[in-house]
Amino acid sequence: MSKIIGTEEKGGVVIISTEGYLNKDLALAVMEEASKHIDNGTINILINLSKSNIVNSIGASIIIELIEKLQEVNGSLSFCELPSIIEKTFKIMGLTKYCDTFENQEAALEQLT
Amino acid sequence: MSEANPTVELKLPIIENMELVATQTSEVVSKHMDLSEEKTSEISMALIEACINAFEHSETKSEIYIHFIISDDRLTIKVIDKGKGFDTSNVKIPNIEKKLKSNERKRGWGILLIKELMDSVDFESSNDGTTLTMVKNKINNE
Repeated sequence: MSKIIGTEEKGGVVIISTEGYLNKDLALAVMEEASKHIDNGTINILINLSKSNIVNSIGASIIIELIEKLQEVNGSLSFCELPSIIEKTFKIMGLTKYCDTFENQEAALEQLT
Repeated sequence: MSEANPTVELKLPIIENMELVATQTSEVVSKHMDLSEEKTSEISMALIEACINAFEHSETKSEIYIHFIISDDRLTIKVIDKGKGFDTSNVKIPNIEKKLKSNERKRGWGILLIKELMDSVDFESSNDGTTLTMVKNKINNE
């Protein structure tokens, strides 16, 4: 139902692309994937949500844990291609104060690399 | 609201991700009411949070019930559980600054999200369960 559909590294940025409902299971999978790269020294994470159309607050809470983990290593978390309802949800929760959001992956990489 | 208002009723078992069944229903109802895409997705998001709250916090083992009450100017959704209830005056507004860099649990956003996404929200809670009533108006109130 929901999964990570790709992980790649470009110019020191790890791009994690997801598909489906950003619930607890998918957020934990993103956390695990991101953590592997953070532990190996890549501390800029970009999550591409173009194929995830809905989130819940449990998934978003795990994203807050990822922000916390990245703050500990002076890393950054960014999002691209957020569906408007996910962006609105993140804004209500205050996540967007701690993450950059980009219209698309190209714009994100131009800024982040 | 008259008793003639068409109502769609759902009964959901407490099974992971069953909240998506509720959102599929709300999308059909929203389309029937000709609600905008934005309002439709806000309703879905609020409904997800309402279901998760009912699943997790009510500690009920039985089903939850959702009523979609259609009227000309608004959609009223009732999410009903038969769980332990909660003190509505004791709900804290979460703050991300406090949650970051602290041991505070990162959860607890559901009610804030529901209130922000819907036009009105009301809780009735007792030892016999909780009824959350939330309304989305068809036209924005300016």
